[in-house]
Amino acid sequence: MTQQNRISGGQIDTSQTLKFTFDGKQYTGHPGDTLASALLANGVRLMGRSFKYHRPRGVLSAGSEEPNALVELRGGARQEPNTRATTVELYNGLLANSQNRLGSLKFDLLAINDRLSNFLTAGFYYKTFMWPAAFWEKLYEPIIRKAAGLGSLSLKEDPDVYDKGFLHCDVLIIGAGPAGLAAALTAGRSGASVILADEDFRMGGRLNSETFTIGDASGADWAAATVAELASLPNVRLMSRTTVIGAFDHGIYGAVERNNDHVATPDEGKPRQTLWRIYSKQAVVCAGALERPIGFENNDRPGIMLASAMRSYANRWAVAADKRVAIFTNNDDGHRAAADLHAKGVKISAVVDTRADAPRNNDYEVLVGAQVIDTKGRLGLTFADVRLADGSERTLECGALGMSGGWNPNVHMTCHQRGRPVWNDDLAAFVPGADLPAGMTVAGAANGDFSTAGAMASGVIGAKSALKAIGLKAKTTKLPQAEDAPINISAFWYVKEGKGRAWLDQQNDVTVKDVKLSHQEGFRSVEHLKRYTTLGMATDQGKTSNMGGLAIMAELAGKTIPEVGTTIFRPPYTPTAIGVLAGRARGQEFHPKRLTPSHHWAKEQGAVFVEVGNWLRAQWFPQKGETHWRQSVDREVIATRKSVGVCDVTTLGKIDVQGADAAEFLNKIYCNGFAKLAVGKTRYGLMLREDGIAMDDGTAARMAEDHFVVTTTTANALGVYRHMEFVRQCLFPDMDVQLISTTEAWAQFAVAGPNSRRLLQKIVDPEYDISNEAFPFMACGNITICGGLRARLFRISFSGELAYEIAVPTRYGDALMRRIMEEGAEFDVVPYGTEALGVMRIEKGHATGNELNGTTTALNLGMGRMVSKKKDSIGSILSEREGLNTDDVLMQVGIKPVDPSKPVPAGAHLMNLTGPVDADHDQGYVTSACYSPILGHHIALGFVKGGGNRKGEKMRLVSPLTKVETEIEIVSAHFVDPEGERLRA
Amino acid sequence: MIINHPLLGPRDASEFTYLGDASLIDRPDWQSETAAQDFYEYQYLRDNPAGLHQELWFHESGDRSWLVVTRNTLTHEITDVQLARDVARARGRSK
Repeated sequence: MTQQNRISGGQIDTSQTLKFTFDGKQYTGHPGDTLASALLANGVRLMGRSFKYHRPRGVLSAGSEEPNALVELRGGARQEPNTRATTVELYNGLLANSQNRLGSLKFDLLAINDRLSNFLTAGFYYKTFMWPAAFWEKLYEPIIRKAAGLGSLSLKEDPDVYDKGFLHCDVLIIGAGPAGLAAALTAGRSGASVILADEDFRMGGRLNSETFTIGDASGADWAAATVAELASLPNVRLMSRTTVIGAFDHGIYGAVERNNDHVATPDEGKPRQTLWRIYSKQAVVCAGALERPIGFENNDRPGIMLASAMRSYANRWAVAADKRVAIFTNNDDGHRAAADLHAKGVKISAVVDTRADAPRNNDYEVLVGAQVIDTKGRLGLTFADVRLADGSERTLECGALGMSGGWNPNVHMTCHQRGRPVWNDDLAAFVPGADLPAGMTVAGAANGDFSTAGAMASGVIGAKSALKAIGLKAKTTKLPQAEDAPINISAFWYVKEGKGRAWLDQQNDVTVKDVKLSHQEGFRSVEHLKRYTTLGMATDQGKTSNMGGLAIMAELAGKTIPEVGTTIFRPPYTPTAIGVLAGRARGQEFHPKRLTPSHHWAKEQGAVFVEVGNWLRAQWFPQKGETHWRQSVDREVIATRKSVGVCDVTTLGKIDVQGADAAEFLNKIYCNGFAKLAVGKTRYGLMLREDGIAMDDGTAARMAEDHFVVTTTTANALGVYRHMEFVRQCLFPDMDVQLISTTEAWAQFAVAGPNSRRLLQKIVDPEYDISNEAFPFMACGNITICGGLRARLFRISFSGELAYEIAVPTRYGDALMRRIMEEGAEFDVVPYGTEALGVMRIEKGHATGNELNGTTTALNLGMGRMVSKKKDSIGSILSEREGLNTDDVLMQVGIKPVDPSKPVPAGAHLMNLTGPVDADHDQGYVTSACYSPILGHHIALGFVKGGGNRKGEKMRLVSPLTKVETEIEIVSAHFVDPEGERLRA
Repeated sequence: MIINHPLLGPRDASEFTYLGDASLIDRPDWQSETAAQDFYEYQYLRDNPAGLHQELWFHESGDRSWLVVTRNTLTHEITDVQLARDVARARGRSK
């Protein structure tokens, strides 16, 4: 295949040839090409199909604003849908496929939609598919979803790596066109730390696409020389292939650097893209301007493109859009395209200029005061019909048509913090408003300074004002001479003639007619117009189409364009891969993994692990022959209650509280009293929120007069600590009390069961007496074990058995676990996991997060009397509210099935034995449930209205969704050892 | 967002946890005759200013200071940052 449209010149390296494949066909291009320029060079105009009507489409632009030429890039797991061919840097072996088609790109079966366009106008979803309602889910939606939409996902895991990074600078310059380069030179030469970011792989902006000279050099050469100078400055960081996607608070900008999108596969370990968070003191937005198209009938055929894109392809990529081109313009700039292409030997059919005073500078034809009214060519432009000034009609033969409707300053970044652009009549365009984000200045075409000299001068001014704002002195930068043509435009948005469709938004298939229809149906706000017609809601966010829609809306409403206003610009500036936003935080690395001190030992035992917050905890320890988790859990429970079991409870939050006022402080955070707790004793504490709802529970052990160790539940460790610091710093700032989280400093194990003391006596150093008399239930103390290792011992029990918790510095946790298992062999010690832990605490009626669920009070939990009225504590006043203290308040109870073979599933609700089953008659619900191997049937904890007086009552447990209805009996929540004799043994 | 920590200098907002209105410092007297009403108002009633707002932020991934940050809710401009403990003392809180 030859590159039949390749011409001479450009910034491509024709000494090397790259091979690539599009829709299965092989083509060639050169380094420096984009996929779009290479396809055009090979005479491929048809690159995609539109969203709704499946119209054949080619490139409209030569940059990131492209609405049409979207492809599926690469294959396999690396396939990336909706990728703009205009920004894809060509590499050897590149593979791309067209998308959104049924059949081939040339014979798309869904092109039938184009014939049905009368039914598919704006709002057709709302009108056409109204009824019958049942059809929506089964019929309409699947069809619409199949027909609409763009590229498809690979549905495979992305094999590439994405990174995140942080950068700091004095001045961030966004865009490396003439303004950005001049700003970077000024700031860079002055010694400021500068980041210059540009989305293109070649810096220079329009200088690479125009034939202007700067001084004695071509614009492109000046840009290259300037970039070389900037690269030599150690205080300047050049970031090409980097799109600044958003302007955030306090000078923070988000940017995506495409490190390795220009190769097929990144080198091992190298990221494909990086998301940068740039902290800037000042930012100069030099984002340039985007040319806008003109609306006329059938203005969407492949070959019809922006005049500026046509120049880019000719000047930068040495590609003629076709052998024969025409231009349709309302301003002087459009004539440049004709002049440039003419100079390259391309035949100019004519320049059609809407203005009566259009200039004539060349020896091709200029049709003054004329308009293109229609085009022909099924898969690509062949003819353009022109209405001449005298009313007669003429047909131009052309394979490409350049449109120039004027330029829109790229105000995107200036609006990310609710800034609104303002209308400039001379430019017939919106320019940045005065309410810019703090620290931002705008220069160059983005600010409406469209000429090269004007852009460079305003870049220098922008940099100077940024430097001044941070107290740096700018060195004088002398700029070479450059083009400084005045803007000469007469606003012209769309051709009024014709009954057919004139496209505004080519990606979402929104036409002039749709905007008119939307107005006719009463959508008068620009935000409503957008949502009703979907104008500007495609992946290009209407970069080339929104202005046309606004202009038509203004005309219909009899308003000016600024009165109509714009929709809100939001980040990201261009489509951003979810992968780069996630960075490395995916899969196993989604959040940090916290391992318990006995994790490696547990893994050796073949433990099954469960995620609890960030922690991995052993859930149960399957033994040989056990095929079901219940077998393992039942065995662990029975063995622990019969002899002794051990469980890693390091994950529970531990907070060290020290200071003269430590006891007084605990009195504030717990609803029950702590002031009188003796040294060497532990107490259960219930913490309330200020609104009287239970927040968390745990124990506080008084290790010394001024030293407590507080435990929290695993899940609330962070929140409780935060709350305690709030109480300490914000409510009682003069209390002498210090807090520190020691959760990870101590490895802690529960050793439970009738033989737990005998086991521990083998480990605890002999000088510490842990007999029942010397170390009774709820005792605590500092001890040593294994011949001198410092440790803490607490005689507390979650299981209801004689039990201890023993803590050693974390680094000894693994060794202690192994020692316990070794010394416990004679007692048949078993390790138990979180499931057995849960079973034993339900058997004992102990509450956890299921019961402290953010809706329950101390009263609900059966601990109402614990809330001391004699002291001030968080939550005590509001817990007295009437509504929380009614006679039929929910109370925690135990639940057992009347038929012992029946389960009592958690989440089920309780109803009276007779009467309706509905929310009005709800009596309560089940919070925790399990099979009790000790009792031989299922048991549960739950809340029942007025539960205190309902023990012995039979009720119905219902779960209408899962069709469960079981008769149960309300019992005491203490299923095992209700008198607590085992605890105190 | 960047919060200028009075002890540590400028820190990224992602290091902090937000709580809410700094009026939470002004916890009522539990022994007052109007305690029930006072606590109800303290717990549930907030101003929602369009403009300067004093609010509590916790430097969770940092030095664990509670801060009172004065932020403009319209612009996110932060005009003042103080240690909550100092603010609490200045408002008469002690033990």
